Amino acid sequence: MPNSDTIERLIDDFEILEDWEDRYRYVIELGKKLPPLDEALKNDQSKVTGCVSQVWLICDRSDGPPLTLSFRGTSDAHIVQGLIAILLRLYNDKTPQEIMSVNAGSLFHRLGLDEHLSPQRSNGLAAMVKRIRQDASRMAETA
Amino acid sequence: MNKPVDMTSVTPATFDVQAARADFPILSRTVYDKPLVYLDNAASAQKPAQVIEAMTNLMESGYANVHRGLHYLSNSATVKFEESRKTAARFINAAHDHEIIFTSGATDAINLVADSFCADIKPGDEIILSVMEHHSNIVPWHFLRERSGAVLKWVAMTDEGDLDLESYRRAFSPRTKIVALTHMSNALGTINPVKDLIAIAHQHGVPVLLDGCQAAVHVPVDVQDLDVDFYAFSGHKIYGPTGIGVLYGKSSLLNAMRPYRGGGEMIEQVSLEAVTYGSLPQKFEAGTPPIIEAIGLGAALEYVMGMDRAAIAAHEADLLVYATDRLRQMNAVRIFAATPHEKGSILSFNLEGAHPHDISTIIDRAGVAIRAGHHCAQPVMDRLNVTATARASFAMYNTRSEVDNFIEALEKARALLR
Repeated sequence: MPNSDTIERLIDDFEILEDWEDRYRYVIELGKKLPPLDEALKNDQSKVTGCVSQVWLICDRSDGPPLTLSFRGTSDAHIVQGLIAILLRLYNDKTPQEIMSVNAGSLFHRLGLDEHLSPQRSNGLAAMVKRIRQDASRMAETA
Repeated sequence: MNKPVDMTSVTPATFDVQAARADFPILSRTVYDKPLVYLDNAASAQKPAQVIEAMTNLMESGYANVHRGLHYLSNSATVKFEESRKTAARFINAAHDHEIIFTSGATDAINLVADSFCADIKPGDEIILSVMEHHSNIVPWHFLRERSGAVLKWVAMTDEGDLDLESYRRAFSPRTKIVALTHMSNALGTINPVKDLIAIAHQHGVPVLLDGCQAAVHVPVDVQDLDVDFYAFSGHKIYGPTGIGVLYGKSSLLNAMRPYRGGGEMIEQVSLEAVTYGSLPQKFEAGTPPIIEAIGLGAALEYVMGMDRAAIAAHEADLLVYATDRLRQMNAVRIFAATPHEKGSILSFNLEGAHPHDISTIIDRAGVAIRAGHHCAQPVMDRLNVTATARASFAMYNTRSEVDNFIEALEKARALLR
């Protein structure tokens, strides 16, 4: 059962999961533990386009100081939901500057999930990262 | 071919699937160390060695531009290119070779008709389409609607996945200019009763365009018997290359139409003041055509016509029935358009509690390639009240044992997602 709250823990857990099946099972479990998103929040503004599955992402700001951002998200596909859970761990409670310096590609590579981050893959993960970075960049300007 | 026959793949038909498999080099590869099970044929089919060789040989020893040079290679490439046109004409039994227009694909072919045949359409004129269409047979008509004020009339679909014939009959009015329908649905596999549909349209004096992308692969097409006015299909779904497709049109219609694109090779005379156009088919083939691809398509069509197509159809029907039964046995599967009047080898389904995205991602790891999504047919998804389906589509080279691998991978996906 995944109980990893930190990225380090996630990486440790993934290292002992050798085959793809266990890794997918783990990702699916991570997704199941993601708090559900209120139906009212699933709208055209929060919808991330470019995905085979449906994905919604909400950016919450906390004025601090320092100003930090957190994200909530969900998908109707289990694996995508799990990938969102990993992304949120990577990006949540960070300042816009910190978010801009996160290298999601390197983490997904270490997790052996980098194929999912390819922009050619129509699962929307790359689109989600792009949305998160756009939100961060916009917040950095208004801060 | 003296290959050992996998007994699980022997079908009631006499089609030698192992011999066919041997023609497709890619089928011997593995994906994630598992034998490739390619069930995404409705998106694009794999290529036999005959097609690969025809294209490679041309590039290695026979290539030049066509219809231009007075040199040996240009002449011989032109002969081969025009042979492909003759082959395509034979494939759909066109009355004349010049009724075959080479396009970049079926999308291009449909855009050509929407643009050129409908050049003089007036605001309020009507186009009949069905909710079963692929986006390539929807968006060009939306373009036409946007620029001309034409009205799109939609034929409904029944719960069984058939076109609603009453809705079709009702769609006609004195302002109907053209009917554009799919011969076989890419999202569901439904084969429409096109001969009857065409007869009804002709009673109203309305011409019919058929999107034959899927049907050309699985159903014998005789454009004269159908009396169809335009027929479009692509090369890459019928074991040929990408970048090439065919628009068949009756000479009388094509002759009366304005050219679609201007450029080299489609003209008779060009001066500073005026231009006169060439005759069919060059009138619609501006610029250097996809020469290598057209010759590859010719090879693909020869390959298919060299086979016993009835035996292929029986083999594909067997795969469809077998896969449908095995899916049903899983007891957690919704099959879309399971029982239309006639169906080609496309199986659209959803697994309870799983998104098609999950299914395709997981079974990919077992080497099984299927499509997940809206299949470029969002009106079909809306009609089914889903956002996506999983789709397994079979070609001549698929086997029952591949269906078994597919089902086994699905069971695994279900266990993982539970």
